Amino acid sequence: MEEQELIPHLFRTEFSKITAVLGKLFGFEHIEIAEDIASDTFLLASETWGLKGLPKNPVAWLYTVAKNKARDYLRRNKLFNDKITAELQHNSTELHEIVIDLSDNNIADSQLQMMFAICHPAIPVEAQIGLSLRILCGFGIEEIANAFLSNKETINKRLLRAKEKLKQGKVKIEFPAKAEIGNRLDAVLTTLYLLYNEGYYSLSQNISLRKELCVEAMRLTQMLLTNNQTELPKVYALLSLMCFQSSRFEARTDDNDAQVLYDDQDTSLWDWGLIKEGKYLLNEAAKGTEISKYHLEAGIAWCHTNKADTEEKWESILQLYNRLLQIEYSPVAALNRTYALAKANGKKAAIPEAEKLNLAANHLYYLLLGYLYTDIDNEMAAKHLKIALQMARSATDKILIKQRMDKLTG
Amino acid sequence: MKDFLFVYRNDNKNAPTGSPEEMQAVTKQWMDWIGSIAAQNKLTDRGNRLESEGKVVRPGNIITDGPYTEIKELIGGYSIVKAGSIDEAAEIAKGCPIYAFGGNVEVREISLL
Repeated sequence: MEEQELIPHLFRTEFSKITAVLGKLFGFEHIEIAEDIASDTFLLASETWGLKGLPKNPVAWLYTVAKNKARDYLRRNKLFNDKITAELQHNSTELHEIVIDLSDNNIADSQLQMMFAICHPAIPVEAQIGLSLRILCGFGIEEIANAFLSNKETINKRLLRAKEKLKQGKVKIEFPAKAEIGNRLDAVLTTLYLLYNEGYYSLSQNISLRKELCVEAMRLTQMLLTNNQTELPKVYALLSLMCFQSSRFEARTDDNDAQVLYDDQDTSLWDWGLIKEGKYLLNEAAKGTEISKYHLEAGIAWCHTNKADTEEKWESILQLYNRLLQIEYSPVAALNRTYALAKANGKKAAIPEAEKLNLAANHLYYLLLGYLYTDIDNEMAAKHLKIALQMARSATDKILIKQRMDKLTG
Repeated sequence: MKDFLFVYRNDNKNAPTGSPEEMQAVTKQWMDWIGSIAAQNKLTDRGNRLESEGKVVRPGNIITDGPYTEIKELIGGYSIVKAGSIDEAAEIAKGCPIYAFGGNVEVREISLL
């Protein structure tokens, strides 16, 4: 008998597909039933495959079991069934004729529609991310808690509240109307952006989990590109940005899992295939007339795929930040813009710019001032770095700041 | 925080001319100045430039061409900036590149209706 390999993440991937299709079938009011059927399917798979070995076609096995369980559920719950057959009247109301369509097309459509339902402005963004991880990405509650540096109880409450709100709002699992799709897509993109950030910037020590968050964010963004209603320049731009950022994953940590800053990174560890992909996507994003903040961020990320410390590079980055801040202000963009200005126009020009930023609650602000004053007025530099050290929260940041302070006196 | 209108005025004769490099340097000055305001989270609206051709409509439904581009202080464009007071807004206006070319910036508070 040929031994099939259990594909990594098979359960997680198929969980999200099965839940999306069944969720669409039952409606969001009964999303837990969809989740339970999916979970039961995997429970049975674990037990059966553990004893009997892998089936020839694991995915088909899972789908068959899921379909059977769904039909059983519908048969046993006639009252429930009457409600939903009213919604999906086919030619016949015979129970066994209810089609549970697990074709590739329906899976893709259902997942996209589920994405719109979950990334709904009615619930807080962290709940959107949590629900996305659970329903769209098949993450367990414990994994989600790890990603958010939280605990199972908090996450469970958060997801429950979010589901309640969506049910109360009678949110449907469907594509938004043409007039709405622009706004709703923006909400989806924000959630995917933040999901990616969770992976990229999270303080969690679990590096492989963080990478998975980034991979999931990219997978979901890629899904948007497969549907012509959502295949838009800003979506290309967001995916491009994610590719560029992801290209440096291997170089960002050393063998001891300590953080390696950009300037110290070994570019041979950068994923040049991903960079190439990012460039292709950025070109696609440039078609059309729209410039979104994702375009500008992707442009900046593209500049950073060139490690050379030239004035031209930093001038390009400065101008991109100038435009980005006009579209949407953020403290991080303001700080980064000032850093780019220092590199392009010189530290002396950047210091008054930095002092106008008014970001005294942010330790990165003092870190920037420390950098700007270094070699210009080391006493001022030390003063600012000291404040930065007091305000810094992560161990990595504290180490970095101490290093900078030592360099001043050394 | 209130919104203030910046009205950019200059004599058309003073428009920067020169090599493409020099023109680009002026553009950079404008973009860096607007970027600076945006970085302080004080830019309400980047605004726009205005086309030179204009019309003036006066009582009696009289429409004339104008103001002519020969006048010394033609409005070239506008921006909207946030500040706590008109003095603060005027401080921000000091960074505008227009002065090097003989222009000026009028700062007016926008009254909310």
